[in-house]
Amino acid sequence: MASQLLQAAVLGVLTGGVYALMASGLTLIFGVMRIINVGQGALVILGAYLSFVLFNTWHIDPFLGLLVTMPAMFLIGVVLELVFIRPLKTDRESLSVLVTYALALGIEGVLGFVFTANYRELSVWYDTASVPLFGFRITLVYVFGFALCLAILGALFLVLYRTTFGAAIRATMLNRTAAQLIGIDVEGVSAVAFGIGMATAAAGGAVFGITTAFNPNSHYDLISRLLTVIVLGGLGSLRGAVVAALIMLVTQDVASVIIAPEWSAFVFFVILVAVLLVRPQGLYGVRVRERI
Amino acid sequence: MNAARRFAPRVALLLVAIVAILLPVLEPNPASINVAVFTMMYVGLASAWNIMGGYTGYISLGHAGFFGLGAYTLGLGVAHLGIGPGYGPFALVPLAGLLTGLFALPIGWIALRTRAATFVIVTIAVMFMLQLAAMNLIGLTGGTGGLSLPVPRWSGDFYNTPFYYAMLILASLTIAVSWWIRRSKFGLGLLAIRDDEDKAMAVGVPTRQFKLAAFVISAALVGMIGGVYAYYVTYVYPEFVIDPLTGISMVLMAFLGGLGTLTGPVLGALLVEPAQLSLAYNFGASRLYLVFYSGVFLVVILLLPRGIVPSVRDLTIGWWTRGGPGRAAGPSPGPSTPAPGNVVAP
Amino acid sequence: MSLLEVERLSKRFGGVVAVDDCSLSIPKGSIIGLIGPNGSGKTTVFNLITGFIPRDAGDMRFKSRSIAGLGPDRIYGLGIGRTFQLARIFPRLTALENMLVPVRRAGMGGLLARAQWGHEKTRAMAMLEFMDIGSVASMLGGALSYGQRKLLELAAVMMAEPELVLLDEPAGGVNPALLERIADHIRRLNAGGVTFLVVEHNMGFVMNLCTELVVLAQGRVIAGGKPEDVRANPVVLDAYLGA
Repeated sequence: MASQLLQAAVLGVLTGGVYALMASGLTLIFGVMRIINVGQGALVILGAYLSFVLFNTWHIDPFLGLLVTMPAMFLIGVVLELVFIRPLKTDRESLSVLVTYALALGIEGVLGFVFTANYRELSVWYDTASVPLFGFRITLVYVFGFALCLAILGALFLVLYRTTFGAAIRATMLNRTAAQLIGIDVEGVSAVAFGIGMATAAAGGAVFGITTAFNPNSHYDLISRLLTVIVLGGLGSLRGAVVAALIMLVTQDVASVIIAPEWSAFVFFVILVAVLLVRPQGLYGVRVRERI
Repeated sequence: MNAARRFAPRVALLLVAIVAILLPVLEPNPASINVAVFTMMYVGLASAWNIMGGYTGYISLGHAGFFGLGAYTLGLGVAHLGIGPGYGPFALVPLAGLLTGLFALPIGWIALRTRAATFVIVTIAVMFMLQLAAMNLIGLTGGTGGLSLPVPRWSGDFYNTPFYYAMLILASLTIAVSWWIRRSKFGLGLLAIRDDEDKAMAVGVPTRQFKLAAFVISAALVGMIGGVYAYYVTYVYPEFVIDPLTGISMVLMAFLGGLGTLTGPVLGALLVEPAQLSLAYNFGASRLYLVFYSGVFLVVILLLPRGIVPSVRDLTIGWWTRGGPGRAAGPSPGPSTPAPGNVVAP
Repeated sequence: MSLLEVERLSKRFGGVVAVDDCSLSIPKGSIIGLIGPNGSGKTTVFNLITGFIPRDAGDMRFKSRSIAGLGPDRIYGLGIGRTFQLARIFPRLTALENMLVPVRRAGMGGLLARAQWGHEKTRAMAMLEFMDIGSVASMLGGALSYGQRKLLELAAVMMAEPELVLLDEPAGGVNPALLERIADHIRRLNAGGVTFLVVEHNMGFVMNLCTELVVLAQGRVIAGGKPEDVRANPVVLDAYLGA
């Protein structure tokens, strides 16, 4: 039991890293633009399918393929922002939820049309190969995936905290109007933030596609988990998203050992309810009162 | 002209009611009535959703969960109470509403501790948790294998008709509730919350209680409709009765017709549902209709964010003001003027 | 007898002390001006009294009953109304509907009744007429001019017949002609028995309207008394000039 629990915890940390990456894009978009991108799950699945195509057609390794898919998804994100989000002037908060939901449906529909509803999986060699760790074996893909996510998250934090552009993003997150007043191109920052969100979805999708079988429908389950993660972390907090993803996934994996695997997803819900009761603003969130 | 303004809507309402009641006689083809059953179902669902989403501005994307809850209540009730096929199962529809409302109470109490952004997220999460519960509580719900309901022994031509009237009654009930709320002080409070929640509090509106009441009423109505649906299709599968697409469909219809108006969701459902059915029928297997659906949604939000009813009303009011003898032209609302909700009813 | 008693009220935001050990006493029937330089904590005092933000320490009693810890809707129900800086009304409701939103002390009973008919509507129209904006009753709040919004906000607050009304900058952004009208409305409501606490920067307006002044600086009460005495007080002058 103890070794099982340890194994579950280690696995939880490793998959938590992947969720941290996917959720970081979501929370970044919320932080900068104050919109909830309900389409993030569908974009992760799109990323998984892109990697799948590269892998199956040209035998390009999914990790290597990110050199193509991440910039591609970044561009898609910028275009989506320009075409669908920016025109929303009034009632941005609620309309954007619906627009991104509609985008998710559209992506689901197109993927369903092209790839059918059959489950797919990326069968790479490191999906089966494993390394020993603490007396049990861990599949290599989790290790690779975790390393990749660490690298991308690290790069993201570097950009945010060490560059002028990062400062502009953070300023926009703190106060959109004030940022505009001091000459920051808030619209441009938003487009880039949306693009970055999509790029993280591409990377998350590649790893998700190797570790999990997916079909065009998979985005519903994914988005509800990711949204729960960012509520726990505090909407708009990157650090919160990372911590929350680790907490959620470790708890889930441990719970699946103690209780039963099919109920482990409930952990997300139980934690969500607990957060809302005890600390509605999340771990790192600030309690916002619109204006008094 | 004033008399015309006052009576035109009543005459229109009467005509619509007559057509709705006589529809199975006018168009007895079972396939048409099938379309009518689903259309009436969505008239009810979109109007019920609008009580929360439209009036208060708190968008719920998880109402499909309440729909499913109602469906399971009916399915389980029929099984455990040993109710045979026929009109008996319809008697459980109020119970479906009651249980769904009771379930929505704690959910709303928790979800409404936060403002709009988190509320959306909670509604999505609740929907998926309900679906997961339905799949995993195999002893109760039959898991992914689902539940079967008794099949009524009505003749093929008549089979759909009782369901049509059941849906018509529920849709009328929902519209009546929505109308009554819209004209009450409670309804004004909900619209005030949508406009400025803090200000509403400052003039004594008990915002928490109001939002919760709207949420529970909305959920209970959706639950009842879910109950009738379960009996109509005679089976309850987790993925079918708790389908995110059902949840987003109500939202789309309410948006298309006009959020926060009484007639908007009705109009939206009448326009979208027949189109959706024919698309699903023609392209269902390929899920390509999803693309169409998403396209319509995007076009509506980007080009007509206020919906049909408010836009048309503005046009006619403008016409009326210019055309009316001796009527001073009111100041034309500039582009920054927010959309009128249902300006106190016609 | 004092209507509202604020006792040793304190509030800090992070490291900033917004309201510091502040005590106020508002006698029934008065019009008290709450003045002080920008950032002296006037609006925070309003938000504390009306329950929008929780206090750190101190107590507030309205008609000898503690109102500390109650929510804004309860406090309005007890009889304390307020307006906001930059007049806040409901833009997508008509002016008349704006008047019908406030929930009276009577409780939840009337909530299920139709909002449109009966004597509440008559009262609303009478109040709009009293404020000289009866002609805009059917216009949407968002289509009103700023001055009309100010009057509508005050009119709506009066609908539940509050005994104490907190006005946050009633003269802000208003032209001189309207200013005189607003002052006149306040005086007439006051003559009808309503007590006012007014935050205002326009000194002419305050000196003219208020029976007594309280001066706040850095969250503390530094002076108080008759307007002419306060004007002559060197401490007040120092606070304003930032000496």
